Parts: sequence; structure tokens; C-alpha cells
Amino acid sequence: MSVDQATVQRIARLARIAVTDEEVPHLQGELNAMLSFVEQLNSVNVEGVEPMTSVTPMAMKKRVDEVTDGNIAEIVTGNAPQTEDHYFLVPKVIE
Amino acid sequence: MTDLTSLTLAEARDALKAKKISALELTDAHLNAMEKAKALNAYVLDTPKHARAMAKASDTKLQKGEAGLLEGIPLGIKDLYATKGVRTTACSKILLNFVPEYESTVTSKLWRDGAVMLGKLNNDEFAMGSSNESSAFGPSVSPILPPNVSAAQAKAKLGNGNKGLLVPGGSSGGSAAAIAARLCLGATATDTGGSIRQPAAFTGTVGMKPTYGRCSRWGIVAFASSLDQAGPIAKTVRDTAIMLRSMAGHDPKDTTSVDRAVPDYEAAIGKSIKGMKIGIPKEYRVDGMSQEIDALWSKGAEWLKQAGAEIVEISLPHTHYALPAYYIVAPAEASSNLARYDGVRYGVRVPGKDIIDLYEKTRANGFGVEVRRRIMIGTYVLSAGYYDAYYVRAQKIRTLIKQDFEKAYDSGVDAVLTPATPSPAFGIGEKSGADPVEMYLNDIFTVTVNMAGLPGLAVPAGVSKEGLPLGLQLIGRPFDEEILFSLGEVIEQAAGRTKLPDAWWA
Repeated sequence: MSVDQATVQRIARLARIAVTDEEVPHLQGELNAMLSFVEQLNSVNVEGVEPMTSVTPMAMKKRVDEVTDGNIAEIVTGNAPQTEDHYFLVPKVIE
Repeated sequence: MTDLTSLTLAEARDALKAKKISALELTDAHLNAMEKAKALNAYVLDTPKHARAMAKASDTKLQKGEAGLLEGIPLGIKDLYATKGVRTTACSKILLNFVPEYESTVTSKLWRDGAVMLGKLNNDEFAMGSSNESSAFGPSVSPILPPNVSAAQAKAKLGNGNKGLLVPGGSSGGSAAAIAARLCLGATATDTGGSIRQPAAFTGTVGMKPTYGRCSRWGIVAFASSLDQAGPIAKTVRDTAIMLRSMAGHDPKDTTSVDRAVPDYEAAIGKSIKGMKIGIPKEYRVDGMSQEIDALWSKGAEWLKQAGAEIVEISLPHTHYALPAYYIVAPAEASSNLARYDGVRYGVRVPGKDIIDLYEKTRANGFGVEVRRRIMIGTYVLSAGYYDAYYVRAQKIRTLIKQDFEKAYDSGVDAVLTPATPSPAFGIGEKSGADPVEMYLNDIFTVTVNMAGLPGLAVPAGVSKEGLPLGLQLIGRPFDEEILFSLGEVIEQAAGRTKLPDAWWA
């Protein structure tokens, strides 16, 4: 399988990465190189094989469903590029 | 007085306990060496004040006889580990200003045991790479001299484009370079497809990737969560065993970490390997494998045999498919993990006309070429209509890869011996061509181990005809790191410990 230029732009949009028109052909080449590399997987018979979900089979530990921390808004927002009164600031989303 | 930076971790620990040296002088010796080695770019952040304060505290504890397992031992920390109050970037532009408010579980265990932090080590951006060249801070340079290059010639090239010098491997390139250049006694690293073992092999150092679940991943910047595992790089097998004992253990904050007692790994060093069955997988004899790698592999098997092990040929039929399956699973998980870098909650923001524009510009500007490429591949293979064809198929192949190993272990094999890399270290800039797959092939022998969640140890075993370090890899049963340390020690003893390079860079 290989991707065309429109698909490259669609993937970039889904991945939320801005791509200029000049970058598209180059990216297309690289993505197709990778896709052709993984093509060989089609020759493996995977009939009846379970897809792996956990590489180390184990029962997941659970903890009591309770609040374990809080009142640390200062810390939570401490690394944000823009904040106000412990809110994260972004451009207006809803008109 | 002997140079304190040439001690092994174990030697330094014993000297500290015997009060022959102080933690502060040991730390100062390393800080001085780091100062003279800036151009190697192994560290992306030095923390001398931090280090000296920790060393002084260790000296007090040593005086009182309250020393921890790593009391006073100076370590370098891969910049993927969150360190409270100390900038942590994953060597990405998008996190250049990030100062964590918390400490990763693994590093907090190291500090609990008395270790000293010298600084943060260089790596490929978000651990994506095999040469350390994708770092936002520029590549870390291998302290190993390239063939036919004199010390003076190398020094002239250093920091001057670095052309003709060698990569230390990746992604834990800074960790491996710092150990080989004697800029710390032990280094933390992480391994998703070979990122501990390949740089160890390239630099003549020892690298241990533990079983998935052995170390907590909490507080380590995530790349591919089902494959990532923390581990040490150090000068000797014994040193990695000492470090792993501190790093391993259950953590309620990581549900994939295993609640299982941590053994005294160092006790496995020197144990007899008599009667152990070592598998040699025929599928690792890949097309175009160089004569010298093949010879090294046979020599390794011979050493183990002489120490009483039995060598048997085994078959791991799906080996060939591990790398392509990895290049679906790892980017898929990365695209999901890296969705968090949006320029809103932390990291560097590029303003946009609306929120989508802000996301897209922030991510286009903040991520480097390799990271963008992998996010895009991951996004594609997870997108509607392709999920079953790519991702589910790759996860099925992963099951088959794991079953290959299980069959071998069920037949009585105790561990598997393979080469660590298909070649010795290459030059900086040599593999940054148009085809990304060329670089990926570096991980051909290591990636199966991550896919199956097994422990793997890379140990120096000799040099190439040009004199560059070459490593062998030992693969064990899940949670049987101890056997790898016992076997690794045999190889290390037989091969003779690698002579670390003279400080041509200083």
C-alpha cells in the first residue's frame, strides 16, 4: 500500500502537525518507504492468532477508588505557557 | 592518587565504604571530567550544585555507617527521566522549558539508595533514533576514536561539525558516551527497540534491558508504552547488576510494573554456568552479516561452552518480522502518547489564529523530523480502515514472536546468545539519507526482545578489524535477569574488559 499527497495532508491534519505544500512530496516518499518496508508482514499467516494485549501476562492491580491528592492547581498549571487564575488559556474555541 | 573517574562503580562503592575516598572528591573528579568533555555533548545539563550537595549528604551518611546501596555514587540521568526541579526535555524542542514538579520512580529509588546526580544525559528526541543525532541539542559524540584518526585530528573535528567522528548509538547515546568517557560511574537509560543495548555495544560498555514490568515507567517520558523499559548502562556487568537492584521494583503508580521481589543481582556474578543450555538462533544469521560479527558470535559461544554451558542451535522462525512489526506498533503507540504535547498544559507554544492552528503550529515547530515522521506513520496505521490491516496484524505477529521464544525456553534453553548489532558504530551524518529504514536496521537483533518483553544484556566481546567495539547480546526468560548477569560475566572475563579510550577530547 502507498499513500498519495492528499493522504499525506489528511494524516498531517489528523496528527495536528502543520505541513507546508513543499514538505508533502518528501514526506510522501518517506512514509511510502516505511509502508513498503512493513509490507512483508502480509506474507505471515496470522490465522487464528490472538493479537497481543499484554506482553507480561498479569492481573492488573487495582486500588481503592478514592481521591489521593488535590489542591495543587499551582503545580498542575506551573509549566503551562499561558494561565490565568489556575486556568489554562487558549484561543477562543466557541464563538 | 589514581584517577577516581577510572574506577568501576563497584570499586568506588567499596572504596567509599572503606573510607579510602570521600563521596565529595569522587563527585568532584567527575564534575571536572565533565567540564573538560563538554564538546562530546554527552550531558545536556550539568547539575554540579545539586551533585555536590548530594555528595556531602552521602559523606555524612557514610561517616555514620548509614550508607545506602549506592551511597555517594555519581550517576548521569537520561533526559527522559523526570527529575523534580531539574529541567527535563526528552531532548525535544517542544519540552525545552519543562521543569517537572515530580520525580520519576526509578530516579527516586536511586536517590533513596544514596546515589548522586551529576546531570541529564543526551538522547535521541523522545528516544526515537539509533544514533543520538535526532536530539534537539545536537548529537552526542562517541569517545571512541574512529579508525585511522589520531587524537589530535579527532579533537580538531570535535564541535567543528563532528564530521568523521563516530555516533555513540541511540537512543541512550549520552548514557553510553558518558560511561565510555568516564563522565559518571553509572547511567540510567531506556530501551524501546534497542536503545540501551545498541549504544552499549557501540561504545564498549554494558547495557541491561530488564524484563518488561521489572522497572516502573512512571515519570519517564513515554515513547511506546508496551515496549519501553528502563535500565542501566555501566562499565561492567557487575556495575549494571548493582544499579538494577536499586532501579527495579513494584510501583503502585505504574500498573504494568510487577509486584515481585527484587533479587540481589550482584550475587549472580561469578555463579557457575555449568550445565546451562544456550540457544543459538539460526535466523539471526542474516543475509550479508559480516564475517567479523559471525566470528565474534562463535567465539562467544565457545567461551560459554568452555565455562561448562551446552550450546544448541534453536529456531525463532518469526525473527525476520520483528522489525517491520515494531515499526507499526511503536509509531502507533507514539502517536497516541505524543498527542499530549499540544502547547496548552506544558511545553513550548507557538500561537495560532485558533486552537487547531495553535496545535498544528506548536507541534510542527516543536517536534523534529524523525518524531514527526513516526507520529504520522502511527496516525496512519491507526486511522479508520487501516487499523486491522496494520496494527492488529502487527500485534498478532508479536504474539508469534513471543511464542517462538516460549518454545525455545520450554525445550530447556536457559538463555539465547546473539550479536548485539549488525555492525560496529558508524560515522556522524553517515546514515541520515533519504531512506529512514536504513537507520532502523540497526535494531534488527535487539527489537525482538522488546516485542517479546524479555530481558536482554549487551556485553562487550571484542573489536572489529578496525578496532571498534563489538557486543554480544544475551536474552533470558522473563524475570531471569540473574542468569544474564552470570553469563555476561563469563563473556566479560573471557573477552577481557574493554579498555576505555584515553581522553583525547579534553
